[in-house]
Amino acid sequence: MTYETIAEQLKELYDRSWDSFGMLVLEFPAENIQAIATRLKEKMGFDMFLDLTAVDYPERDPRFEVVYHFYGSKHDLRLRLKTLVPETDPTVATLTGLYGSARFMEREAHEMYGINFSGNDDLRPILLYEGFEGYPLRKDYPIDMEQPIVEYRK
Amino acid sequence: MAMMEFITTRKDELVGWVRKFSIFPYPFVTACCGMEFMAVASTLYDTDRFGAALPRFTPRQADLLMVVGTISHKEAPIIKKVYDQMCEPKWVMAFGACATSGGFYRNYTVLQGVDKIIPVDIYVPGCPPRPEMVIDAIMKLQDQISRDRHPIFPFEEQTPAKL
Repeated sequence: MTYETIAEQLKELYDRSWDSFGMLVLEFPAENIQAIATRLKEKMGFDMFLDLTAVDYPERDPRFEVVYHFYGSKHDLRLRLKTLVPETDPTVATLTGLYGSARFMEREAHEMYGINFSGNDDLRPILLYEGFEGYPLRKDYPIDMEQPIVEYRK
Repeated sequence: MAMMEFITTRKDELVGWVRKFSIFPYPFVTACCGMEFMAVASTLYDTDRFGAALPRFTPRQADLLMVVGTISHKEAPIIKKVYDQMCEPKWVMAFGACATSGGFYRNYTVLQGVDKIIPVDIYVPGCPPRPEMVIDAIMKLQDQISRDRHPIFPFEEQTPAKL
């Protein structure tokens, strides 16, 4: 199992691929995520789902880029998947049916960027506190905005 | 009359002396400054020399609230409640840069200084502060405590005597 065989087996599901410091990166359209993840988990032995984050490019039209990291413990290979998500409908299918750790990571991506995960009905905030408004890791959230819970003195 | 003033200033001195050498700190430790607090409380730099050795990890029994480490907005109601639970007389020490003014964090989570929600008596800058700075802060706080007035007679309110 090498990066060439992985790229070969997923050939029809992704758009382009490149190499990033020795790790394979695949970019794919957003609707293929469950198909790719199922194939990675069952056939190619990627049994660990490491990370799910997003990147905000406000000057570009598909504004968000959702990034997934996978790791296979049997063959010690890492893989990064990227997908572009527009701002008008930031929805990606959920991976909670396949990987349990996706539950918390999708909650974090939802509360920080506002990305919806269809199929996951438990998208409560995980790190932010109640009453927090806005999505803080977007680039248009002002850095010195404070939303205090307790009233300030004086 | 001067005799009464002599007695009341000595009384203030006595109460101040008693209070300043028996401080019970409550180290409300949240972050890395806690390591430095442990270093101050240990044997090389000792707070026991100043009477401030025995930490009481409950606000009901403590009189110095040491806010050690970063306070986030989520933590702010907790520390306000802890401060409200302490009985008079009480003092607050803002230990470290994060408790003084938010430290090097300027983002959506960190409270920019614990003095936005509770009154602070002494600030200790540093990230983390040297133990000698903390001891200096305790000594300055002891000076503040000993200079407090404790008026019990009506004439004491009018004459701000200096010790």
